[in-house]
Amino acid sequence: MSARQFTHIGTRPVRHDGADKVTGRANFGADFALPGMLHGAVLRSPHGHARILSIDTSTAAALPGVKAIVTGRDFPKTDSKVWLGGEGALDLGDMGDNLMARDKVLYDGHAVAAVAATSLAVAREALTHITVVYETLEPAMSLARALADDAPILHTDLKTSGQPAPESGGPTNVAARMELSRGDVEQALADADVVVEGEFQTPMVHQGYIEPHACVARHGTDGRVVVWCPTQGPFLVRDACAGILGIDAATIRVIPSEIGGGFGGKIPVYLEPVAIVLSQKSGRPVKIVMDRDEVFRATGPTSGSRVVMQLGAMRDGRLVAAKASMWYEAGAYPGSPSGAAAMCALACYTIPNFFIESFDVVVNKPKVAAYRAPGSPMSTFATESLVDEVARRLERDPIDLRLQNAVSEGDQAPYGPKYGPIGLKAILDAVREHPHWTAPLGTHQGRGVACGFWFNAGMNSSATVALDTDGSATVVTGNPDIGGTRVAQAMMVSEELGIPVERVRPVVADTDTAGYTDLTAGSRTCYATGMAIINAAQDVKEQLRLRAAKVWDVEPDQVAWEDGHVRSLVEGDERPPLTLNELAATLAKTGGPVVGSASVNARMAGPAFAANICDIDVDLETGRSTVVRYTAIQDAGKAVHPSFVEGQMQGGAAQGIGWALNEAYLYDDDGRLQNPGFLDYRMPVASDLPMIDTVIVEVANPSHPYGVRGVGEVPIVPPLAAVANAVRGATGVRFTELPMSPPRVLAGIESLESA
Amino acid sequence: MATLFLPRAIASLVDGIDQVEIDAPRVVELLQELVRRYPAVEDRLGEMAVAVDGDIYHDADYVPLQPNSDVHLVPRIAGGSPEETGA
Repeated sequence: MSARQFTHIGTRPVRHDGADKVTGRANFGADFALPGMLHGAVLRSPHGHARILSIDTSTAAALPGVKAIVTGRDFPKTDSKVWLGGEGALDLGDMGDNLMARDKVLYDGHAVAAVAATSLAVAREALTHITVVYETLEPAMSLARALADDAPILHTDLKTSGQPAPESGGPTNVAARMELSRGDVEQALADADVVVEGEFQTPMVHQGYIEPHACVARHGTDGRVVVWCPTQGPFLVRDACAGILGIDAATIRVIPSEIGGGFGGKIPVYLEPVAIVLSQKSGRPVKIVMDRDEVFRATGPTSGSRVVMQLGAMRDGRLVAAKASMWYEAGAYPGSPSGAAAMCALACYTIPNFFIESFDVVVNKPKVAAYRAPGSPMSTFATESLVDEVARRLERDPIDLRLQNAVSEGDQAPYGPKYGPIGLKAILDAVREHPHWTAPLGTHQGRGVACGFWFNAGMNSSATVALDTDGSATVVTGNPDIGGTRVAQAMMVSEELGIPVERVRPVVADTDTAGYTDLTAGSRTCYATGMAIINAAQDVKEQLRLRAAKVWDVEPDQVAWEDGHVRSLVEGDERPPLTLNELAATLAKTGGPVVGSASVNARMAGPAFAANICDIDVDLETGRSTVVRYTAIQDAGKAVHPSFVEGQMQGGAAQGIGWALNEAYLYDDDGRLQNPGFLDYRMPVASDLPMIDTVIVEVANPSHPYGVRGVGEVPIVPPLAAVANAVRGATGVRFTELPMSPPRVLAGIESLESA
Repeated sequence: MATLFLPRAIASLVDGIDQVEIDAPRVVELLQELVRRYPAVEDRLGEMAVAVDGDIYHDADYVPLQPNSDVHLVPRIAGGSPEETGA
């Protein structure tokens, strides 16, 4: 636990943007408009895999009201990458090809042309007059088909990066392979008293953010470009647009709107470069807003996966060996989270012998994007299901077994370094002590538990804190507020300066205003940007201390900041301390305004662990599963604003439950998505779920001055296995393929009964 | 001297060793020395982050090393980012 006593950190003030959001005043991406603005619409491929033979836009261009049309030929080919301040590199060639196909369409929904017109109706009408001639090709719609010897090849120039299998070398859909290993796994499996194994499959699923992608772009005659859009990273949008279009990033300003959810899916650019080129060609601002169908068909979901795993244990409960192969769908271009999946799969346990290989596989589906703890939920689904099976085989309490094998400070992570202070054992203790764990179950009900891990990112952040003469302050950062980070940022300023939270104004600035800041992603905003804010506030404090020395006409080392005041250290000086308000009121006399600033490139935040308990009721006649009680426990390091930490935990649990029970991209044999809408793509809504209880464990992260860890990603890791383990308890059937929809559960029950 | 632990993934590039002692003040000099000894590993370093005494850095060049520092090469992960590379 953190030894520091806090005044504001850990409290629950009202968020600054709360009233705007609940009253509809907040401006999201689709709300923005400019005078003279045109409306854009995008023509998308109806085929899963096809060669583009020709595109004829002449009839559409002649339609009254049509001002500009673009196709893939309007976008320069590039092999450049944009480095994300430690987040790695984005391949802008792939990103550019993804937002407007050139030679081939690689999935249902792949953009092939776009129109800007005086109204949306005219733009949509124009799309119907564009003639695209395709040569259809067989799509690779599954991992099995993409990996087959005679698989249709998406990219003829693709070579397997990382550690290719020895037999590879010819045309392939395997974009990358990696290995992690330690010890002698084969011997350990041979020596193990119990070996459990399984093949686990999860479907491609979408993040399901409520707000669709949208943007307005204005390409001025002076060459200046302004983009308004909801995004998790305005600086990334700026740099990606510059790289894809071959223009100078210095000429692009990206102004982030409010954002209605992202979960990783609002990191890539889809519309922005298209709108910029349409604006350039038409000379007018252009707005494009996706509908829900487009969001599902053409923006990044997360990978479908297949994991084959063996887990070996001794009679005394020690997990001694794990062997796994995992294949992750990348969508149409390389870049699934298969590597992270391999690194996370065993991160909760001290397993001395393991071998994991992971494969990044392209298929004819949308290019995947990040989705909360990318890759970890699927591989953890396998691990935690098998740990549950070990507990059953050994007739051990599943918490005791996990505690026996849980990692703690000093243990070596499967990906290399030793853990610092981490909270997994404290979490498992909290699970065991929670009344949920021992509450009685009803008939046909089962209880499951599962753990999860995510790394948490650090990276680059900047912040300024400006003090006003009335003692209020403004804190400016470049991180769009997705989960309540504005109020958390204000609370940090309050903690440092003693200003009431409601008198601190948190501002999400644009790329011309804020210092460079990496994405609102990776559970990094409160952690890394928070550090920049704390440092900036401390800069203000230091400047005020010097101003007090000037007021008192003493040497700077004769004044000190204590408890929100500046106090004289001069012996015998009985002048009362100067308050922040008093100092603020005299800024003009003491040297002018005070603005503190700071930037950091933070090391990765302390690892995050979580555990979930799920009670499920299964209707044995219909196969319908209902979650009747759910508890999420997580180590937050230090919860800055506990309500928003709890919100992250509840949101991640809800998404994970949907992934476990209902959600899946459903394609027909021709590669057309069959359920691109919330009616047919069934995400859980409030009425589907019980109140999700939360327990925040706080094992301070020594890398942060308050002990903060990221909290946004790990909540989605445990639910898949927690739900599956609960269904196992309720039905006696071990389900290894998601979603556990009623037909699948019913089939499982019937097969058990007939066995 | 710092101890650099090498993942098995690059074993073929470093004569099969899994750790090496290198005297270096910072990560940048440590990796330069690694490349001097095992030139083939250079192309793979861009795929990796570096962990120093348990803390993972994506931009570790100027992180100072203690005489007993443990340094690990770690596959880059990207929290919330699409980037993934093999290692």
